Amino acid sequence: MKRELLKFLAFALFVCLVPLACRGGYLINVLLFVGINTMLAIALNLLLGYAGQISLGHAGFFGLGAYLSGILTVTYGWNPWLAMPAAAALVGCLAGLLGFPILKLRGHYLAMATLGMGIIIYIVFNETIELTGGPSGLSGIANLSIGSLTFDSDCKNYYLVWFFALVTVLFSLNVANSRIGRALKAINDSEVAARVVGVNARLLKVQIFALSAIICSLAGSLYAHCMTFISPASFGFNFSVELLTMVVIGGLGSVYGPFLGAALLTLLPEILRGANDYDIVIYGALLVLMVMFMPGGLVRGFPELRRRLAKRKGGVEHA
Amino acid sequence: MGKGRGESLLVETGYSMQFSQILQYLLSGLSIGAIYALIGVGFSIIYNATGIINFAQGEFVMLGGMLTLFFLEMLKFPLWLAIPCAIAASTAAGILFERLAIRPLRRPTPINLVILTIGGSILIRGLAMLVWGKDTHAIPSFSGDEPISIGGATILPQHLWILGVTLLMVSVNKFYFNRTISGKAMRACAYNRRAASLVGIDVRRMVMLSFAISSAMGAVAGIIVAPLTMVAYDVGGMLGLKGFCAAIVGGMSSGIPTVMGGLILGVLESMGAGLISSGYKDAIAFIVLLLLLFLRPQGLFGKPESERV
Repeated sequence: MKRELLKFLAFALFVCLVPLACRGGYLINVLLFVGINTMLAIALNLLLGYAGQISLGHAGFFGLGAYLSGILTVTYGWNPWLAMPAAAALVGCLAGLLGFPILKLRGHYLAMATLGMGIIIYIVFNETIELTGGPSGLSGIANLSIGSLTFDSDCKNYYLVWFFALVTVLFSLNVANSRIGRALKAINDSEVAARVVGVNARLLKVQIFALSAIICSLAGSLYAHCMTFISPASFGFNFSVELLTMVVIGGLGSVYGPFLGAALLTLLPEILRGANDYDIVIYGALLVLMVMFMPGGLVRGFPELRRRLAKRKGGVEHA
Repeated sequence: MGKGRGESLLVETGYSMQFSQILQYLLSGLSIGAIYALIGVGFSIIYNATGIINFAQGEFVMLGGMLTLFFLEMLKFPLWLAIPCAIAASTAAGILFERLAIRPLRRPTPINLVILTIGGSILIRGLAMLVWGKDTHAIPSFSGDEPISIGGATILPQHLWILGVTLLMVSVNKFYFNRTISGKAMRACAYNRRAASLVGIDVRRMVMLSFAISSAMGAVAGIIVAPLTMVAYDVGGMLGLKGFCAAIVGGMSSGIPTVMGGLILGVLESMGAGLISSGYKDAIAFIVLLLLLFLRPQGLFGKPESERV
């Protein structure tokens, strides 16, 4: 555990120092998105990586958080700091309620049900025009502020978002090493066996689903308050797939894997600038190749690859 | 049967709507429903043979339409030749997908298969976008655009083509599964793969065949609907999902129940769009999907099955 803590501190230090290296500008804005996506990827990883339950509707929870925050502050004039937990609580309740019937399903059926849920949420964003502004979006969302400090620049928002992202990392680190984390992994391996040894699989799955939705909602609120403008296009099925890609690439069930996946997938379009349309092809290819050749993700894949290469080299030497 | 449903709905709405208008919704609902049915049957065939829900199913629908267009416009084939070529090419794509991605998968857990087929679906869609661009294209109708009037409602000849071709495909399918050795072997795989292989059925060949058949069916669906709805690189997503909803309504059967599921879904959607709100049209299928998965996972017509671990 002490080693884990050191690792986390090093990671936090790294995150704090990065903006100094790139001196503001556009890159900071991209890195801010890495933070938001890291939160989302960790949320999905709690569900998919630990409990082994897939969701293709997490963009919906992200969107709900963003829209609830947006609507509560713009239309009803709430304080953003109040709107954020209110949105998270509402989304958590919704996910908890939906979780009971949805998580009764397994595998492919679960994937389709969560996908359907995500699409319904997306359609609601588009159609409840008097509430959400419909396809043209909702603008004029207030920035967050503490006292006289308003988070209105990319640099300030970067630290704000990454504060929450680091808390999320720490949280998932704790879950992973706790009784609950072990119970979730047991469910992942065999739900029947987990139930036999006394894990309340049904309830635990719903709880982790709701928890994951709450983190997504918080990320959504942060997104809304940082961008000050939201539109349904950011919360569609494609984004759910993008989240899935992040988790799979980074490494299911690992703590820093989701960060790696989020960083890679957020920076990739920036690196491949001009090849804007190609990113969808690359996501698809990455998903297929990762599942086929590196099912453990980058976090586990590289050490394994190195070990295999070393073994081969060793074998040659022996011969 | 179609008329009976129309009449009962008419009674429910208290004659407030014109009969012709209801008939119009019913007819267009049935024809789009037939498309869902074809795609749904494709889903079921693969599911029954392999236990996989092929998330890339919709992309073969898109490929059918786009390839027809390609053969028509680029190679200047006549329509009667372009269609079989497009079906053949989509089928080849389906087989390739199975051989290159599904079969070599080392750990075929449901989660991995979901991720793999989603990745495959996005990859195919993305490649189609790179090759053919983002534009929406029209394919000429098979036999003109002269509207036909039926009891005050008008339909296009293409609607009749859709219903006719669907009927034909479903009959051929039924014949194949009930009367041919290869079809019976595939049914055996659906019941018990191990037992099937013990009596000498080449299960891997059956799996490949199931991908071939269902991508061909998807392509046919994509081709017959293209003159009505236009075709673009991204039409596969929604159509594929609706087809899956049809299969769920039919309890993942590869026969009549799924066809009924598609038709019911099509009519519900068309009525919902006409009588309630067109914006929520797409949501209807997914609400039906969620309700069925929650309440009757065995489908609308099936009997409850005990859970296997």
